[in-house]
Amino acid sequence: MAKMKGATVVDTERCKGCNLCVVACPLDVLALTGKEVNRKGYNFAHEVLADTCTGCASCATVCPDGCITVYRLKTE
Amino acid sequence: MTREEIIEKGQVVYKKPALLNDTPMHYCPGCSHGVVHKLVAEVIEEMGMTDKTVAISPVGCAVFAYKYIDVDWQEAAHGRAPALASAVKRLWPDRLVFTYQGDGDLACIGTAETIHALNRAENITIIFINNAIYGMTGGQMAPTTLLGMKTATCPYGREVSLHGYPLKMTEIAATLDGTCYVTRQSVHSVAAINRAKKAIRKAFEYSMQGKGSNLVEIVSTCNSGWKMSPEKANKWMEENMFEFYHLGDLKDTGAVK
Repeated sequence: MAKMKGATVVDTERCKGCNLCVVACPLDVLALTGKEVNRKGYNFAHEVLADTCTGCASCATVCPDGCITVYRLKTE
Repeated sequence: MTREEIIEKGQVVYKKPALLNDTPMHYCPGCSHGVVHKLVAEVIEEMGMTDKTVAISPVGCAVFAYKYIDVDWQEAAHGRAPALASAVKRLWPDRLVFTYQGDGDLACIGTAETIHALNRAENITIIFINNAIYGMTGGQMAPTTLLGMKTATCPYGREVSLHGYPLKMTEIAATLDGTCYVTRQSVHSVAAINRAKKAIRKAFEYSMQGKGSNLVEIVSTCNSGWKMSPEKANKWMEENMFEFYHLGDLKDTGAVK
């Protein structure tokens, strides 16, 4: 069966750590960093379960700052 | 399959619209303004109106909207965006003209301009961000603040005897003969964001077809003004705001005319 594999790239310097993408992701792919911060001092979103991402782009749609780019590839 | 392979070979499903530039937005983390900016940029791009758009920015949190979306902008005096938009549209009928206003700007100081511009059937679109509070000045009570809602200037909650009732601008606009498309949307979930995008597109198209004035209200959050996390603010909005501000189209005469 064809499967969708996705990947997200977060612009970590633009991210303000609002956590909305983490809430929107149905597969818990994203999470905020625990201690690491960007130049503005925000904890930023990053992939923690990269393998499960299907590229549904929910995270990118809800991101108020447009930090997330989503890629999708069909695999057999 | 590694992440790098997916990025290299896969197709881009979603990325920041090119019209939204790289300037970091000054909005608080999780602010609904960012999402609406993104939707507006996407719609203008999809309509191919990049070089033919004149937007009017308000006074309020969105005052710097001209810094983020790369189209032509005019900055209006407080509340006067619909008046300025009327002038621009009359001088340049082939331009896509829209205003982007908050509730303090549109529903308080600019009530007269808004109602009259809408009633004159100016072919403009007004995007109305309603977060029920004055966000920029520090969370004071707005005309749209819900009954019982606590703000800096009504710390015990809004009371009818003292402050009167919240104002439903969109309902007022729907009763005017000059309006073509009046709708209330939100941006709290993926589905809602997609619906809001369609509404903005429809409003922009009607204004270009000369069908009258259009009002798209976006019920939004102001998590810093409400003193909540962005996630909680979305939930609070779903539980409290939608009861009073019902989502959906209030008027759509564009399809019939």
